[in-house]
Amino acid sequence: MGGKLFRNFSFLSATLSFFLLVGIFAILFTYAQEAMHEFGFDFLFTEAWEADEDDEGGIFGGYVPIIGTLLSTLIAMAIAVPLAMGIAIFLTEIASDAIGKPVSIAIELLAAIPSIIYGMWGLFYFAPIVQSTVGGNGVGLLTAGIVLAIMIIPFMAAISRDAMNTTPLVLKESAYAMGATKFEVIKDVIMPYSKGGIIGSIILALGRALGETMAVAFLIGSVMSIPGSITDPTTSIPVLLANNFAEAQDLEMSSMYFLALILFVVSFIIISTAKFYFLGRKVKG
Amino acid sequence: MGKNNLVMDIKDFSFTYSGAEEPSLKKINLPVLENKITAMIGPSGCGKSTLLRAMNRIHDLYSGNKYEGLINLYKADGSKENILDLKKENDFIKLRQQVGMIFQKPTPFPMSIFDNVAYGLKLSGIKNRSELEGRVEKALQGAAIWKETKDRLKESALGLSGGQQQRLCIARAVALKPRVLLFDEPTSALDPISTGAIEELITELKEELSVVIVTHNMQQASRLSDYTAFMYLGDLAEYDKTDKIFLNPSKKLTEDYITGRFG
Amino acid sequence: MNRLILNKIILALSTLSAVIGIGFLFWILATLSYKGITSIHWSTFTNDLVAGGIRNLLVGQFTMALMASAVAVPLGMMAGIYLREYGHGSKLASVIRNLSDVMMSAPSIVIGVFVFALFVDPFGGYNGWAGIVALAIMMIPIIISTTDNMLSLVPTELREAGMALGGSKHKIIMQIVVKAAKVGITTGVLLSFARIIGETAPLLFTSANNQFFTMDLTEQFPSLTVSIYNLATYPDLESRELAWAASFILTVIVLCINLIGRYAIRNKK
Repeated sequence: MGGKLFRNFSFLSATLSFFLLVGIFAILFTYAQEAMHEFGFDFLFTEAWEADEDDEGGIFGGYVPIIGTLLSTLIAMAIAVPLAMGIAIFLTEIASDAIGKPVSIAIELLAAIPSIIYGMWGLFYFAPIVQSTVGGNGVGLLTAGIVLAIMIIPFMAAISRDAMNTTPLVLKESAYAMGATKFEVIKDVIMPYSKGGIIGSIILALGRALGETMAVAFLIGSVMSIPGSITDPTTSIPVLLANNFAEAQDLEMSSMYFLALILFVVSFIIISTAKFYFLGRKVKG
Repeated sequence: MGKNNLVMDIKDFSFTYSGAEEPSLKKINLPVLENKITAMIGPSGCGKSTLLRAMNRIHDLYSGNKYEGLINLYKADGSKENILDLKKENDFIKLRQQVGMIFQKPTPFPMSIFDNVAYGLKLSGIKNRSELEGRVEKALQGAAIWKETKDRLKESALGLSGGQQQRLCIARAVALKPRVLLFDEPTSALDPISTGAIEELITELKEELSVVIVTHNMQQASRLSDYTAFMYLGDLAEYDKTDKIFLNPSKKLTEDYITGRFG
Repeated sequence: MNRLILNKIILALSTLSAVIGIGFLFWILATLSYKGITSIHWSTFTNDLVAGGIRNLLVGQFTMALMASAVAVPLGMMAGIYLREYGHGSKLASVIRNLSDVMMSAPSIVIGVFVFALFVDPFGGYNGWAGIVALAIMMIPIIISTTDNMLSLVPTELREAGMALGGSKHKIIMQIVVKAAKVGITTGVLLSFARIIGETAPLLFTSANNQFFTMDLTEQFPSLTVSIYNLATYPDLESRELAWAASFILTVIVLCINLIGRYAIRNKK
């Protein structure tokens, strides 16, 4: 292969991610047109999701899955952030090599387990525990949020650990040399030094939680209603798509595309924020 | 040279790094005199930094190192304490407040200039704002950096030049009023002009405290110090007044090193 | 003394979070192994889904993941090579790099929707090719990022030395630079393979599922993960047991690929 050809082929491959991104947006936008025209901005605040009897039209609103997505993510983040930070601190500052290495490996393996496994396990082992301790019928917002948290913790912990590890040794030593305790070194030196990476990891995990399908699909209950309590079942955008997208027709289908578009745009904004403002070029070469 | 009171006294001190078979320091005997500058010189790997880092037990951040012998620290009231006996975190904290350390590279914390200097003070329990301000100003003046920083105390310390950062780190250590200040090649990352300023500052500091400085620069040792310890392969080869070491060393090895025949 | 107690509390809490994290890993792996191993029979591997086994599902899942890799690995590597070796430092390369990072975190279900619109709807039904495309779209950005990062670790001197000997740029890239980064790139490829082989969401309405053994990619295509999702929600015990067996086997596969990629290859050098 000639040099010029090689270069051009590599350039075309590189532009692929651009075309994919634009392509996804364009396709979702096009197919969502019908729903956008029919419901407009109100789509976001309409609770109903009802097809007419003839299956040709109906009222479709994104309010329930949007709220369900936000609430399950919120619960997951509230649990995951403190635990993931704890693990990252343990790995960088507390554990000796002999303990830290295997724990690190375990955390990375936990991050590699496919999300459907978390869903299965959550449905058969965790949901009954939630049911017997907190109440409700097992599946619902809380169970989905907790299992989602377990799923994103290793990911968040691993990135935060890498960020904390970039703190120069001599900087930590000089804080200890001033008579600081371990916690003070973590709080005053390591955290401020690595805060870009830490916030970045939190936002990336947030993006993951918002878009997660399988773990939540088993556990959220897949019910089209606003949850009255934290143990009530509801649904989320990915779960609604996973369960109902393929069978939908016409306007309902278009509404599904509209939801997918909303999810895509929101994740795009979240991930871009994490990359550009917090992870920056420090992490990448 | 006035009175020669001991501030630290290292006796038969051996040190072995975690996992190492051989000790890195073997039976070191070295006095540290009050209000004097003691320089430690020697080829790289001779153990001078290892010894310095034992004097505030910063080695203890990493587990498994072995100490033998004793290192006495003499308090202002005349009492003494073997710092190798310390075990509790609180005792380490107190030791490090009395024996400060300046590192090879400037280590400003990611916070404002004021907060950097106030950091150790806050840790030691001083909360009163006006007292903090007073002591920060005094420390910055003591480190000859007050003029450059007084209008930008709230700005990040990371914006200072390398030389300024190193003086800030000295101010930060001085603010705690330590009895001893340990310098680990404090100018090796700096340009000649900043180096001159730091050296001048160290000379002034000995009015207030005692200095131990590790340096690979023999001119620096001879310019600055009152006493010099020449270390070689984990042994203290020779210790004497600096003039004696540089003009008339009693050992051939010392002479060879300071005349640059190896190193 | 207050700050010492605070220090102890925080350190204890951090240790506790690590214990909780490890605890969950063991809990999940223990229940999965117990349920999985007790549900596996010889027929699990020899029968197809229609007869209560996962033979066709394993073959289907691997076929799609391997075909997706066959598309994604060369394309992703070429893109990574462009970003690091040709476009390095240019504005365009940095825009593409950022977009590719964003693509890497795009929700997988959305990719499924996108592929449905392009490759399922117009062709009248679910098909294996659509599943392959969806998995490839997920994989490409990961390969780009790995290649880009690993090439950045190759010292510039190596490229200059090649140039100094009179090599042409593309030959130096392929014969020296990529070779030097081989271990890292291989690891990245294995890890991304492990990631897509466990994916469910992008397959749900692209390749969907098939109870029977088939190699015809124009039909609905058998999938291990989609089957787990379906089987787990059936009320009968046999389906559930098969779901556990399939989950266990999937997890073993994914974790083994991860361990090989992360530790075996890296340590061998």
